[in-house]
Amino acid sequence: MTKRIPITAGLVAIALLAAHAQQPPPSQQPPEISTTITGEAGAPPRLALPDFIAVSRDAETVAIAKTITQVLRDDLEFEREFSFIPRDVMATIPSATGFNDIAFDRWHELNADGLLVGTVDKQIGGLRVQIRLYNVRTRAVAYSHEYTSSNARLIAHTISDEIHKTQRALEGVARTKITFASDRDGERMTGTVVDREVKEIYIADYDGENQTRVTVGRTLNITPRWSPDARSIAYTSYRRGEPQIFVSHIYQGTLDELTKGAGSGQNWLPAWSPDGQRICFSSTRGGGPAQLYVVNKDGSGLRRLTNDKWVNTTPTWSPAGNQIAFVSDRTGNPQIYIINADGVGTAQRISTSENYADKPSWSPPPYNEIAYAAKTGPGNDIKIIDMATRQVRQITFGEGTNESPAWAPNGRHFAFMSTRSGKSQIFTVDRLGKGLKQITKIGNNQQPDWSR
Amino acid sequence: MSTHAMRSMPKYAAVLLLLFAVGCHKKAPPVVRPVPPPPPPTATPNQGQRPPTPPEPVAEPTIVPPEPVAEDRIASASLDDLNRNSPLKPVFFTLDSDELSAENQKTLEEDAAILKRYGTWTVTIEGHCDERGTAEYNLALGERRAVAARAYLVSLGIAADRLRTVSYGKEFPFDPGHDENAWAKNRRAHFVVTAK
Repeated sequence: MTKRIPITAGLVAIALLAAHAQQPPPSQQPPEISTTITGEAGAPPRLALPDFIAVSRDAETVAIAKTITQVLRDDLEFEREFSFIPRDVMATIPSATGFNDIAFDRWHELNADGLLVGTVDKQIGGLRVQIRLYNVRTRAVAYSHEYTSSNARLIAHTISDEIHKTQRALEGVARTKITFASDRDGERMTGTVVDREVKEIYIADYDGENQTRVTVGRTLNITPRWSPDARSIAYTSYRRGEPQIFVSHIYQGTLDELTKGAGSGQNWLPAWSPDGQRICFSSTRGGGPAQLYVVNKDGSGLRRLTNDKWVNTTPTWSPAGNQIAFVSDRTGNPQIYIINADGVGTAQRISTSENYADKPSWSPPPYNEIAYAAKTGPGNDIKIIDMATRQVRQITFGEGTNESPAWAPNGRHFAFMSTRSGKSQIFTVDRLGKGLKQITKIGNNQQPDWSR
Repeated sequence: MSTHAMRSMPKYAAVLLLLFAVGCHKKAPPVVRPVPPPPPPTATPNQGQRPPTPPEPVAEPTIVPPEPVAEDRIASASLDDLNRNSPLKPVFFTLDSDELSAENQKTLEEDAAILKRYGTWTVTIEGHCDERGTAEYNLALGERRAVAARAYLVSLGIAADRLRTVSYGKEFPFDPGHDENAWAKNRRAHFVVTAK
């Protein structure tokens, strides 16, 4: 039996919107036991995940228990680290009413390696969820934990991340979020001489749930990028006429203007350094074509990185923060280059297999890959270059146009924009091109970025 | 008589009125000029009576407002109206290019003439791209197009500080279509008058 010791701070980096701020984060305790369930002969562990048990058996709790089970299964399937006993097969096993009447023999007959049982209990102020992951052969508990929260989906996401971490040594992404620009509200720009549609910055859970607008610029707001702590979003806004870099602190409701004032020129495409201290962006302030600049997150210490007569734009930092990949048209068309983050040294060309390459996104460890958009025909497709071998693989193949790849924090997936379903929409897919999933459906949505 | 009423009169009446006005106009000024003596009395049916008082003119000499010419309409238009029917013509580019064709140069020469005539105007030159390029690089490409148009106008004698540039990449297509016809319209430098 595990003891319940709520720990209130710091355990889960939960990004709560201001609107949800009154919800307490799930309280957790360190697991007492953690062993790993393994599959046979290197195969993924075969997991049984029956519906979580509603302790009070009322319809509302039963529905919440089903939701948690479904979200958890979706989260686990997203990483494909487990195989699952099909639902119709699971339906043949009598439901347990708690942790004391589990039909281990029957689960063993189905060749389940692991069995994840959960109970859901309504209590004042939220839900209390207990889980136990059993090794079906030994009936030993491999992992157990308890969660309290009013947010059922967040409980499921937290369970998924902990199962992945303890069982597969994997940083899951179930609690991450995706930001993007959207025109879905159909608002028109005011105070302009030309009738145009507003674009605002939105965020959504990594699975597309809880899509929420976080800016009220009533103008063109594009190219959002998460700060590494996932509490701020830097983006390009035209609210001053010329495009400038703004930073919205979305859980405080405050706004910084990173670039402003006379002579600041046009500024686009902010990119946070991995330590969150600096932002690289592209600016015309020097008078010529756009060049790369780096500035501290408080707007101080502006420094010019490139200084030539070509366009240098669309920066992204290497995961270690010592290099910057960017796009330059110095050969007459856009190609991807790398420079040292201090600007010293010569730019090294990376993309060679096409005559148009843009929007590099540098994957975090354990991979070392740059995803980018390449012109392949009338539209663009996503390609990935392995930085060790310089081998290029193509992920999309002319299904509409495909642009703006952005890696998930574990490097196993990326988000991108595609017009394959009609309008511009955000999709996620894994690094080998499998598991395509449409995240947005309303309006036009573009330029995704994936939080840590 | 109000100007409005004058305008609503049939054309011939306006012409008559105009002739009359011209006649009055000729008669009115000579206060200091020597005036020819009145003709000697002649044998008329009115002989022996005082000459009749000339009838009061039916209207004061009125300047008929000229039909407004195009230039005046431009000068008096609000910025919104001005930009809705922009006197400054956009220039169009080929795919992934910021080169100004001979036709573009001719268009910009016409635009420069307008900017010279309205020397107080300041203008934002917007650079736009078609949807085939990527959103990110198109921000820089749109700027190159706006800068190319600006540089040519400056070479024609337009003060650089009257011409701002801003790139919208492919965010605001002029034509939302997905064919070459639409793309050709969207690869453009577009002029917006921001002050006059």
